[in-house]
Amino acid sequence: MSAETLPLAAGVQARLARVKWSNMLIHAALIAGALVMIVPFLWMLTLSLKPAALTHQAPYLIPTRFELANYEAAWQAAPFARYYFNSIVMTAGIVLGQVLLSSLAAYAFARLRFPGREVLFLVFLATMMVPFHVILIPSYLIIDRLGWIDSYAALIVPRMVSAFGIFLLRQYYQGIPRELDEAAMIDGASRLGIWWRIILPLSGPGLATLGIFAFMFAWNDFLWPLVVINDPNMRTVQLGLAMFQGRYGTQWTLLMAGTVTATLPTLLVFLFGQRWFIQSVAQSGVKG
Amino acid sequence: MSVLAPVRAGWRRANRQGDLSAAALALAPAVILFAIFNIYPLIYSGFLSVMEWNGFSPERTYVGLDNYRAIFESAQFRNALVVTFKYTAGVTASSVAIGLVVAVLLNADIRGRNLYRLIYFLPVVTSTVAAAVVWRYLMTPGTGYADVFLRNLGLTPPSPAWLRNPDWALRIVILVGLWKRLGFNIVVFLAGLQNIPKDFYEAATVDGAGPWGRFRYVTIPLIAPITLMLVIMSVIDAFLIFDVVYVMTEGGPVGTTEVVGLLLYRQAFRYFNLGDASAMGWVIFAIVFVATLIQWKYFGARETGL
Repeated sequence: MSAETLPLAAGVQARLARVKWSNMLIHAALIAGALVMIVPFLWMLTLSLKPAALTHQAPYLIPTRFELANYEAAWQAAPFARYYFNSIVMTAGIVLGQVLLSSLAAYAFARLRFPGREVLFLVFLATMMVPFHVILIPSYLIIDRLGWIDSYAALIVPRMVSAFGIFLLRQYYQGIPRELDEAAMIDGASRLGIWWRIILPLSGPGLATLGIFAFMFAWNDFLWPLVVINDPNMRTVQLGLAMFQGRYGTQWTLLMAGTVTATLPTLLVFLFGQRWFIQSVAQSGVKG
Repeated sequence: MSVLAPVRAGWRRANRQGDLSAAALALAPAVILFAIFNIYPLIYSGFLSVMEWNGFSPERTYVGLDNYRAIFESAQFRNALVVTFKYTAGVTASSVAIGLVVAVLLNADIRGRNLYRLIYFLPVVTSTVAAAVVWRYLMTPGTGYADVFLRNLGLTPPSPAWLRNPDWALRIVILVGLWKRLGFNIVVFLAGLQNIPKDFYEAATVDGAGPWGRFRYVTIPLIAPITLMLVIMSVIDAFLIFDVVYVMTEGGPVGTTEVVGLLLYRQAFRYFNLGDASAMGWVIFAIVFVATLIQWKYFGARETGL
């Protein structure tokens, strides 16, 4: 009996072992890669908590001392609170603008019939491929002529419309059943009433996706603020960080406290909203 | 009156259910802002690219295509183009190839897939400025973690430093670009892989294909369209690089990391050569346009939302 079952058991065991081994190898490769991805984050955190006196010691990766002094020092050396405020105002303006205006425009494109609809939509689509570099200089000149240099308007207004947002939400609205509109219309709702009462409440996930994209874009944006902001009091977090690097380039512990400060909001928003964010990134390829 | 009557009737017909007036209201804010801050600047920039102007003097001279000729004759611009192409090729090739490998590994039935995906994706949402600052210090001789780590592995860093060595600076910038781009490609690839029906693999196994055979004859052909799309998206994205070099190297050493975006910025906002800078913008546009056309040809204008 044992002579019969043994080879079988040995075969199963060998197979189990092989499965486990290959999985182990996969995990080993993935963990090695993940470490490379995460080392910069870990290191900036560790460094930002490292006592300034130890800066020139051999670098270590895992924090051993937790001192918040660098954050205090960094926030005193540069008005990071002010930068934060500016970034929040700018980001809120851009996100709100993009979500509202894109939603309105997407509703018109998805539901209303009017002459020239297809052409207009194509114009919006086509501008998505215009690199920002091309319109950078004229945009600056326009802002200058409007007298908007060093203002929130300069940071917000030109970026309140997003062709991507219109595209994304139009796609989404086409998936909402028309019967709902028709029912509301019979009840006497106006077109914009339908948008406000039917479409908008049903487009939560679409709006969330656009909102997260807009947030990431606005918070991390650098080139445009660099061009339209000269006043140190109007700097955004990213601008402030770049300038801070120029000025306190050797005080790395302070600088890293600054980078943690600059990165934290997007990481938090991403962690909370990753479902929508990763999903829509994943879809961008599957559609093609 | 009578002439306008048919026109008015036409509009009334178009507006039968109040669509036209509602559409006008709904589209007005987007269209107006778009016209002022996207369409008009585009035309304006075409106009600037054939002018000689410093931005404030009342004198503007029409110079035809001289600006284009001038930038193509300038060694600085040609160098910037070459650097940008190298960067674009480096980031695209590495991020697509490694992205596919990691996605295939993640697609194997392993635990913790979502956690891995999350970790690989983190750099995508990190601010480029912060990332560039951290990487700059990671590579600093003596105190930077990556520098010390590589030294401990027995690698001698180039002199005088990674980011000050003409051979190495661009490679490090490409590495940062790869680090930032990889997660995006992984997520798209993984979604594509998960869309391949399991039957295809089973059929291939029945036909005697091993793991490599299945990868070669099932995965590769079915993932090819996504790969092409990722290549194009990554080319467009990489070609517009600015933040990383602005923060990490400022184009140095000796121009080895001076990308077109940085040159354009300097020409416009430091030297006030608005004509040359605008012409550079249009050259960038032309290159990105070609990539976009390929993308539209293969995937259709409406499907390429990102």
